[in-house]
Amino acid sequence: MGQTLYDKIWHAHTVAQLPTGETLLYIDRHLIHEVTSAQAFDGLRLAGRRVRRPDLTFATADHNVPTDPDRLAVKDALSRAQIDTLQRNCAEFGITYYGLDSRRQGIVHVIGPELGLTLPGQTIVCGDSHTSTHGAFGSLAFGIGTSEVEHVLATQTLRVTRSRTFAVEINGQLARGVTPKDVILRIIRDIGTGGATGHVIEYRGSLIRSLGMSGRMTICNMSIEAGARAGLIAPDDTTFAYVAEGNRPFAPKGRSLAAAMERWRGLASDADAVFDRTYTLDVSTLAPQVTWGTTPAMATDVTGHVPEPDQVPFVNPVDVERALTYMGLKPGQAIQDIPIDVVFIGSCTNSRIEDLRAAAAVLRGKRVAPHVRVLVVPGSQQVREQAEAEGLDRIFLAAGAEWRQAGCSMCLGMNPDQLRPQQRSASTSNRNFEGRQGVGGRTHLVSPAMAAAAAIAGHFVDVRTFGGA
Amino acid sequence: MSAPSEVPDRPVALVVRIAAMQPFTIHTGRFIALDRANIDTDAIIPARFLKKIERTGFGELLFMDLRRRDGQLDPAFPLNRPEAAEASILVARQNFGCGSSREHAVWAIQQAGFRAVVAPRVGDTPAFADIFRTNSYKNGLLPVEVSEPFARRLLAAGTGQLTIDLNQQRLTAHLPDGDFAEPFSIPEGTRRMLLEGLDEIGLTLRHEADIAAYEARHPDLAPVESPAP
Repeated sequence: MGQTLYDKIWHAHTVAQLPTGETLLYIDRHLIHEVTSAQAFDGLRLAGRRVRRPDLTFATADHNVPTDPDRLAVKDALSRAQIDTLQRNCAEFGITYYGLDSRRQGIVHVIGPELGLTLPGQTIVCGDSHTSTHGAFGSLAFGIGTSEVEHVLATQTLRVTRSRTFAVEINGQLARGVTPKDVILRIIRDIGTGGATGHVIEYRGSLIRSLGMSGRMTICNMSIEAGARAGLIAPDDTTFAYVAEGNRPFAPKGRSLAAAMERWRGLASDADAVFDRTYTLDVSTLAPQVTWGTTPAMATDVTGHVPEPDQVPFVNPVDVERALTYMGLKPGQAIQDIPIDVVFIGSCTNSRIEDLRAAAAVLRGKRVAPHVRVLVVPGSQQVREQAEAEGLDRIFLAAGAEWRQAGCSMCLGMNPDQLRPQQRSASTSNRNFEGRQGVGGRTHLVSPAMAAAAAIAGHFVDVRTFGGA
Repeated sequence: MSAPSEVPDRPVALVVRIAAMQPFTIHTGRFIALDRANIDTDAIIPARFLKKIERTGFGELLFMDLRRRDGQLDPAFPLNRPEAAEASILVARQNFGCGSSREHAVWAIQQAGFRAVVAPRVGDTPAFADIFRTNSYKNGLLPVEVSEPFARRLLAAGTGQLTIDLNQQRLTAHLPDGDFAEPFSIPEGTRRMLLEGLDEIGLTLRHEADIAAYEARHPDLAPVESPAP
C-alpha cells in the first residue's frame, strides 16, 4: 500500500519511537509569538534549560499589537509587558525577533511563508491553532499549547501520536466572485466543526491545483475550524514558483533551490495510498458563503436564509436557538437583509496581497455606507508596503475605509480593535465564536470580496451580481 | 533507532511541575453539567485575559462572559449555582475545547478547582478538540470521553457525584437512581504520565543521542539569509 503525503513527512522526521506509543518528531521550524510563549521561557529558566535550536526558531509580535499609526507606544500596559517579555526572551536565548519596528513584522502565519521560512516537506509548529496555514506548502504544520512550546524550545522535537488521514477532494471551477474562503466555509459546513478532529486533511483535486498559494493558505488555515490538526496540499510548480520569488530572504537559492525542488517533487501521496476518510466537493455551483451563527459550520449561501433551529446538521436545536439569540437573528430572515456595522478585512485567513486586491477591486471608485466602519489590516508590513506600491491604500482610503498597520487586529478581541456589544461585523477572519471579536460582538465570516461589497451596501449582498468582483 | 528506557524515576519530576502537574490516580468529586456542545476556548477564557505572562491567576476568569448577563452574575448559568462551588468535575457535550490552542483554557479550568472534564463522542465528533486534549494531558487535567447515553444521564442530573479511576479506567456516576459505571480509555503512555506526574521534557532529553543523530543526518536545517536582491 502506498504512503500518503502525511506518512512521508512523518517518517522523514521520526527521531525515535517512544515506549509510550508516541513518536518523537523533529521540528524544522518553530514560530513563536507573544501570547503563548512567556510561560514556556519561564519553564526553561526554572529548569535551567536552554533553547536547543535558536537558529530554527523565529518570533514576531502580532496578537496584542495595536494597528494604529502610532502603535510603537503600546498604550495597554499588559500588552506592552507581554511584547517586551517576548523581546527580552528572544534576546536572552538568541532567537531572531521581528518586533513592531521591523519591516518584517506581521501575523506569524503571514510572515513565515513570505520570508521563505516555510518550505515544502517541513514540520512547523507554533503556539497558535492557525499554524495549519503553512500546510499549503506541503509541510506538516500544526498548533501547540504552551507546554509543547516549552518542549520544542528545549528539545526541538515533539512527542506526537499519529493522526488519521482525511482526503478532501475539491473539483470544478469557481464562479466569478466565489473564492477559496467560500470553499473552506462550505467544507466546514458540510463536515461540521468537529468533523475532522483527530485527522490531518489533505486537500486535493483540480480546484486546488488551479489555486495560487494565497488561496491554498486560506483553505489550510481554516482546517482547524473543522477540528483537523493540520491541512496539507502537495507542493507543485505553483508552490515552487512562490518559494523562488526573489524577495524571500530565507528560501534556498540557485543550486540548493534546484536540489530542494527535486526532493520536493516526491512530496505527494502515492496513487494507491489509502485515507481513513474521504469527502468530495464540486464547486462549480458554489455560492458565496456567509455564517449566521456562532461556529464556522453555521453557514449558508448568501442567497439563503437564517435556518430553522431543527434544520441544521450536527447541531441540536437548542444550540441553534442560543446562537440565534446571541446573534440577534430570526429563522427565515434573508441573509441579504442583515445590516452590518463593521467590516474587518484582515487576519491570518485573508490578509495577504491577493485578499487586499480582491477587496480593492470591489471598493474601487465606491464609498462605504455611511454607518459602516471598515478596517483594512494587512497581514504583514511587507503586505502593507506592497499594497501601497500598487495604490490599494488610496482605493481603501478614498472609499472611506481605514488603512492600518499589520497585526491580528479584530480577529480576536485582544488588542484595541474590537467590536462593541451587539455590533455586527462582516469579517474575513476565521472564528465567529461568542465574544471572539469583542464582548457581545456578532461576527459573520465572509470572503474579502463579500466583505467589501457588504461595506458598500451596508448589508450582505451577492458579490457575483454586485460588480467589481 | 534505539529506545532508551523511560521507566519513571522520581528525580525526573521537577519541582517546577509539581504545582501544575498533580498526579492523577482516583478522584471522587461533585460534577457540574454545562449542557452545551462546541464549547470553544474563547468561551472558556476570552482573549483579552491572555495578556498575563504567568501561569496563574486564570481560575477566576473561567467562562467570564458566559457567567455574566448585563454585567451581573447570571444565576441560571450552571457554574454560578451554589452546588458548583465545590464541583471538581465539569461535564459538557461534544467538541469541548475547540478553537484556539491557548493552554490558558486548561489553566483556567484547573485553577477554578476542576480535576477532570467529561464529555461524549457524538457520531464522528469526538468529545474533545485535539489541542485542548493534549494541553489537558500536559497539565494533569483529565479529559474523559464517554458514550452519549452516559453523558445524557449526567447532563439530565445536572450535578451529582462521580468517581474517576484512572488505574482501572473506569468512571462511576453516583446518582439518586443508582450508580452507573462505564469504562473509558486514555493512551497508555499518557496514562502513566498522568499517574506519575512526570516531566516529559526530562524524559525526551534522555533521547539526546537520537536527536543529535537526526541533526547529524540533516546538517542544513537552519535557513540561511541571503542579501536583499
